[in-house]
Amino acid sequence: MKLRRTMLYVPGNNSGMVKDAHIYRSDSIMFDLEDSVALREKDAARFLVFNALKTLFYGDIEKVVRVNALDGPFGREDVLAMVAAGVDAIRLPKTETADDIIQVEKVVEEAERRYGRKPGSTKLMAAIEGAKGILNAREIALASPRLVAIAIGAEDYVTDLHTTRSPEGTEIFVARSLLVMAARAAGIMAIDTVYADVNNEEGFEKEVRLAKQLGFDGKSVIHPLQIPIVNAVYTPTKAEIEKALRIVAAIKEAEARGSGVISVDGKMVDKPIVERALRNLELAHASGIEIPEEVRS
Amino acid sequence: MRITKTAAAGTLESSDVLITVEPASGGGLQIDIEGATAARFGKQIRAVVAETLAGFGVTDCAVRLQDKGALDCTIRARLSAALLRAGDETGSVAWEALK
Repeated sequence: MKLRRTMLYVPGNNSGMVKDAHIYRSDSIMFDLEDSVALREKDAARFLVFNALKTLFYGDIEKVVRVNALDGPFGREDVLAMVAAGVDAIRLPKTETADDIIQVEKVVEEAERRYGRKPGSTKLMAAIEGAKGILNAREIALASPRLVAIAIGAEDYVTDLHTTRSPEGTEIFVARSLLVMAARAAGIMAIDTVYADVNNEEGFEKEVRLAKQLGFDGKSVIHPLQIPIVNAVYTPTKAEIEKALRIVAAIKEAEARGSGVISVDGKMVDKPIVERALRNLELAHASGIEIPEEVRS
Repeated sequence: MRITKTAAAGTLESSDVLITVEPASGGGLQIDIEGATAARFGKQIRAVVAETLAGFGVTDCAVRLQDKGALDCTIRARLSAALLRAGDETGSVAWEALK
């Protein structure tokens, strides 16, 4: 199972951060060519990320690049360069409609052909950052088989809504839930927005717990200090793992007996509970806790 | 590519390099390296610069590097950006041809 608990945001024109991005062990790195790069540095950032992707070894960390919008002067060249460099996924900002995804997919297909990359190998992610995009989230999520995740960008979203962000996240609650539902309906992942106050660890952890409870698979992070906090929230507890192991053992035994109904700890266990248990075991294993494969499958 | 004007790319931040290129007016290639790394890594930096210039077909220009400990891939990136800014070519980059 590919985890996307943490997607570390790295400004694309900062050579020191681009060089060191892998040492913090986020699940994905998102090199940014968009909002963090000044207009007159767009070309330099593109070359910097291109050369880093071609040369540096980021191990098993997923390499994502947030490109500029395709309707501007930089987006198309961003996509061509990053596909040529072998990026794992292109993240499209400010996605409003399914057609935005179809347009970027066309450029990716062209680039894969032109640079001899395996057709279909470049994945897509879409950031949804406005009311229109949220209302179209279902269609966006289904727009391309390359799409592996959709993300909410809350700063632009609350501006679009004529409001501001609150610690409780009341104003983005509906958008978050709609985004998760759209992702689940399409069988892809949902990534939560960044938390800008790097020094507020308590507020950050609270927001991560809320996002996890809503069903998000992970969160975009802007500072390495935020990574272990997200990982801790997403790692199942010892009690959750032990319970999951008991459920899986019971279901295997029931299967051997030819019985479909089981109970564990005095409670009936049905299909969704087994699915949750298996997911917890996968998550635990991927988080570094040894879980034998025969138990996870 | 022909270098027609002076242009720079990069920064003086740690792990970066500020590269300035300018027309050499028929003087061929001139490469100047400044910074603490010049003595130890000068030869390697020169090789990366020469290779990148050759990749863009540049045979006549002066290159000045103010190095702050940039990796080879950063030098290539900053030089590429500086050349494109200083050169007479516009349009899409031949990404497949770049190392």
